[in-house]
Amino acid sequence: MRAYVIKFLSLASVCSVFLLSGCERPPMDSIQHGYRGTGMVEIYNPRTVASLAENNVVPVGLPQAPTDGPRAAQVYKNVQVLGGLSAAQFTRLMVSITSWVAPNEGCAYCHNVANFAEDAKYTKVVARKMIQMNQHINVDWSSHVSTTGVTCYTCHRGNNIPQQIWFKRDDTPMGSDFMGGKAGQNEPALSVGLSSLPNDPFTPYLLGAKDIRVNGVTALPSGNKHSIKQAEWTYGLMTHMASSLGVNCTYCHNSRSFASWEGSPPQRATAWYGIRMARDLNLKYMEPLQSTFPTHRLGETGDVAKVYCATCHQGVYKPLNGAKMAQDYPELQTYHSTLPNGANANDTTNNKTTANPSKPVKTGDAKADLKVSLR
Amino acid sequence: MAHYQNLFTAVQATGPTSDGIPLPRGNDPRLIKPFFFHLAGRLGNAQIGPLYLGTLGVASLIFGILSINIMGMNMLASVNYSPIQFVRQLFWLALEPPAPIYGLHLPPLNQGGWWMISGLFLTISILLWWARTYRRARQLGLGTHVPWAFTGAIWLFLVLGFFRPLLMGCWCEAVPFGIFPHLDWTAAFSLRYGNLFYNPFHALSIVFLYGSVLLFAMHGATILAVGRYGGEREIEQIVDRGTASERAALFWRWTMGFNATMESVHRWAWWFAVLCPLAGGIGILLTGTVVDNWYLWAVKHHVAPPYPLVFPPVIDPATLTGVKP
Repeated sequence: MRAYVIKFLSLASVCSVFLLSGCERPPMDSIQHGYRGTGMVEIYNPRTVASLAENNVVPVGLPQAPTDGPRAAQVYKNVQVLGGLSAAQFTRLMVSITSWVAPNEGCAYCHNVANFAEDAKYTKVVARKMIQMNQHINVDWSSHVSTTGVTCYTCHRGNNIPQQIWFKRDDTPMGSDFMGGKAGQNEPALSVGLSSLPNDPFTPYLLGAKDIRVNGVTALPSGNKHSIKQAEWTYGLMTHMASSLGVNCTYCHNSRSFASWEGSPPQRATAWYGIRMARDLNLKYMEPLQSTFPTHRLGETGDVAKVYCATCHQGVYKPLNGAKMAQDYPELQTYHSTLPNGANANDTTNNKTTANPSKPVKTGDAKADLKVSLR
Repeated sequence: MAHYQNLFTAVQATGPTSDGIPLPRGNDPRLIKPFFFHLAGRLGNAQIGPLYLGTLGVASLIFGILSINIMGMNMLASVNYSPIQFVRQLFWLALEPPAPIYGLHLPPLNQGGWWMISGLFLTISILLWWARTYRRARQLGLGTHVPWAFTGAIWLFLVLGFFRPLLMGCWCEAVPFGIFPHLDWTAAFSLRYGNLFYNPFHALSIVFLYGSVLLFAMHGATILAVGRYGGEREIEQIVDRGTASERAALFWRWTMGFNATMESVHRWAWWFAVLCPLAGGIGILLTGTVVDNWYLWAVKHHVAPPYPLVFPPVIDPATLTGVKP
């Protein structure tokens, strides 16, 4: 009899070890941030938090450069975006970018070392667009990045290409359209935290502007036609956001009603702007670069790499753990072109009338803006 | 000598195999010559067979196997026919219902057509199996409690995959066939319709679910505890009370002042089990058809309590003018 019990218990323990092998071990830290008893609690694995610390150390920067002296555009040729900087600032930024993006390749990663002004390398053209994007984020998207701002390092972290990027998914990778259609889901995809949710929720929401909100606004049916399948796509996007930020749903939502803004943590509004920011960057900066990139840098459907939440956040809810690194780089904080307004290569540069998303301004276009925003 | 005294089956009664009572005329012969299987005896009766298959059983199995094979082949095709990936990703794989665009129309095979065929065959198989349990019960001279209990599960199955999609006008509302995908569907269902926990029929269903668990544990424990007095021979105890039955009744009367009887405890269990899918099915059927947002419904009827606001007020940015979309 005892032998049976021992056999049973050992079998049970082997099974439970096997079943629990995919889980994270306790203890976890839980931090309450909502009203007691409502489950508004953030769960952190202290070991994961510790392991992410190394990736979020701000690199030592160069001393600030004087803002006076000759302009970069006067000293160097073909300076289209940073011409308004002092030559010293310009050089400081170039050296910094090299250490952030191409620490092993050096200047030659983007420049023809025989002629630095030449635009022959695609990497230089891309880098110029990315500097414009960086300035655009700091100038126009303070609703999401606040005063913390971003630098190239926020995404690149010493890599030529940020480690977290996305491409469109190939719908029929096997080439057959007879059976086995996955409807864009049902595989352990990293993009949605290894769940079986739709694994490219980015094309509809971070490139397109499909409805993210699927809930009805009335108790009884009043014309809300969103399906459960659409809810799964939203769920996929939200799972990506949560896993990119290393947080639970309750970081932004009161889970008793995901749709209700009343009782939502303020982070939800920041995240709302984040979705719009990612969409804006993909449409204005990444998509136009599609023909610039060589084929081996494109995705399986031939599309350009795009940004999503993980591109900057990389597992923490404030990139670089909230370090205000960008403040040390005034070169990236504003637009610095010396070219006359309208003659610039980038249409957003010098466009000072652009509505600041954080400070709603009533413009003639307000109605049109609102219409778009409600989609 | 060994006794029924603990949680593990330590005793296996073996004797000559039994064919059971002769079947009425018109029945098929039973299959499998009876034999003993020791490991089966650890869980239940050690005798395997004979098995009555019959016309309904054969028809049900054919449709069931066809349905499962359509699901399996679709899953296999979705991993490019790699058996290794099929096993590794099995819990993630699924056969999805049609996309919303197709409504109640027939979609192309790979856009949900296979799901419809598979679902139809599965439904036929299940209904045939129901008829089989009914006919077997009647042929054995039993009551039809088992088939009617099975009806509870079939009700929920049909609500999820047939009645509700029909009322909503879209097959896309139905459940995918797959392990994780059907769980995702469940979560998405709750998310789409404003939190299913505020659905009173869902709550009632959970009452019967947990109630069933409690009753099952209480009943199982009671019978095991009086096993030493022959309490596991429940039918004999029903018609001729013995000390096992008396002690079992006394235990609960002394513990909580009330006891079910040897017979009525099975009615308790039957109703709790059947009401779980019955109430749940009503809750599902009302969702989307009659109520679109259960949270708002609960607020409207003062079911969802207001909590003190601890965060600074947050305004939906989409409602602000001049905000960049």
